Amino acid sequence: MNLEVDVSRRLGAFTLEARFTTDSGLTALFGPSGAGKTSLVNIIAGLLRPDRGKITVQQKVLVDTERDVFIPKHRRRVGYIFQEPRLFPHLTVRQNLLYGRWFTPARGRREQLDHIVELLGIGGLLDRGPALLSGGEKQRVAIGRALLASPHLLLMDEPLASLDEARKSEILPYIERLRDESRVPIVYVSHSVSEVMRLASTMVLLADGKVTATGTVSEIMGLQDPE
Amino acid sequence: MTGSSLFQFSEAELVAIRLSLKVAVWAVGASLPFGVCIALVLARGRFWGREFLDVCVHLPLILPPVVTGYVLLLLFGKHGPLGRLLWKTIGLVFAFRWTGAALASAVVAFPLMVRAIRLSIEAVDRRLEDAAGTLGASPPWVFVTVTLPLILPGIIAGAILAFARSLGEFGATITFVSNIPGETQTLPTAIYTFTQVPGGDAGAMRLALVSILISAVALFLSEFVARRVARRVAGL
Repeated sequence: MNLEVDVSRRLGAFTLEARFTTDSGLTALFGPSGAGKTSLVNIIAGLLRPDRGKITVQQKVLVDTERDVFIPKHRRRVGYIFQEPRLFPHLTVRQNLLYGRWFTPARGRREQLDHIVELLGIGGLLDRGPALLSGGEKQRVAIGRALLASPHLLLMDEPLASLDEARKSEILPYIERLRDESRVPIVYVSHSVSEVMRLASTMVLLADGKVTATGTVSEIMGLQDPE
Repeated sequence: MTGSSLFQFSEAELVAIRLSLKVAVWAVGASLPFGVCIALVLARGRFWGREFLDVCVHLPLILPPVVTGYVLLLLFGKHGPLGRLLWKTIGLVFAFRWTGAALASAVVAFPLMVRAIRLSIEAVDRRLEDAAGTLGASPPWVFVTVTLPLILPGIIAGAILAFARSLGEFGATITFVSNIPGETQTLPTAIYTFTQVPGGDAGAMRLALVSILISAVALFLSEFVARRVARRVAGL
């Protein structure tokens, strides 16, 4: 995988100016609240337009303001797992999972429903409505839904933030399996050191809208720690 | 007036009942797509003149129905600019026809319909639409697969409200297309006619009871359907 980001965007008084490159399977985007992490992933997903800059995923250009390229979000094949599950309330779990397939050409479908259901342990939920699921179950379904759209890149914006400790430890192993077993590169937004240490190989440090460091987790954490 | 005659409908009364239902169904059915579009534009559009459109849509709610009917007569009458245009181009005539009664009902009921749909659109969580977009759905598909199902309860509520308002339409209808038995005489105008002639009490009573019955059934049905749809939309 290869992700190159070099974008800037003004948001009121705040200016996001981020630049980084990563080749890692799971890259953590790490920084305090208000650092611009969510805005940055929104720009990668196509929910927000950068004022200036360029983004490429595996040599495919998603945005290039200089050449006036802006691929709309529905044609980016960038999966997005939000802080909240955002399941479609009028569809069953199965219909939610298969939603992205309607829009994926047959030859672009890499993931099988059975495999994803097994990977995330959601076999018993398929015919239920989303409203009756627990928070952890909802988030696992949301992960499955994003994967089944066969994305080229998966963005996870603090997917555990709205869950309690028990739910977090319920989901973390699934994200580890995802990182190790699926070939989809992941950008994982977090402000939790323990999550990043556990999941990421590469990390990008964001503070006040700027990338302050990029490197392996041990390098960056060494930098952070004065001892 | 004898006891048995209270439930014996005359041919003219049956015609008025059938016509009323036909007019209301057409008024609602034909204006519903426009109602959804206008509600969308008012709920989400950001353009110059939105307030003006809002006022225009709501005007029939506040205007005396007679004024609405008179304006329709000026615009869609035989010599009105729009009436002539529609007659010349697609052969559609409103003046003194049941179609005119349907148009008058639709215009008067339109603000109620748009209001109900607009409220449901404003209640849609737009983050769900973003999620659908990242899953590959283009904006029209997002509308069909996410927005539309979520606003369905509002559309049903708006349609039933408009249907009830159409059935009760009197002032605009009688001004625009008059009160012609078999063509434009709906339940309210028929009841009005009965009350104006000697011995018309029984007919007025029968039709009034029918009006009450139809309205009650419509309300009951809408409650029932809306509750079922709301449950589905809530993901239960």
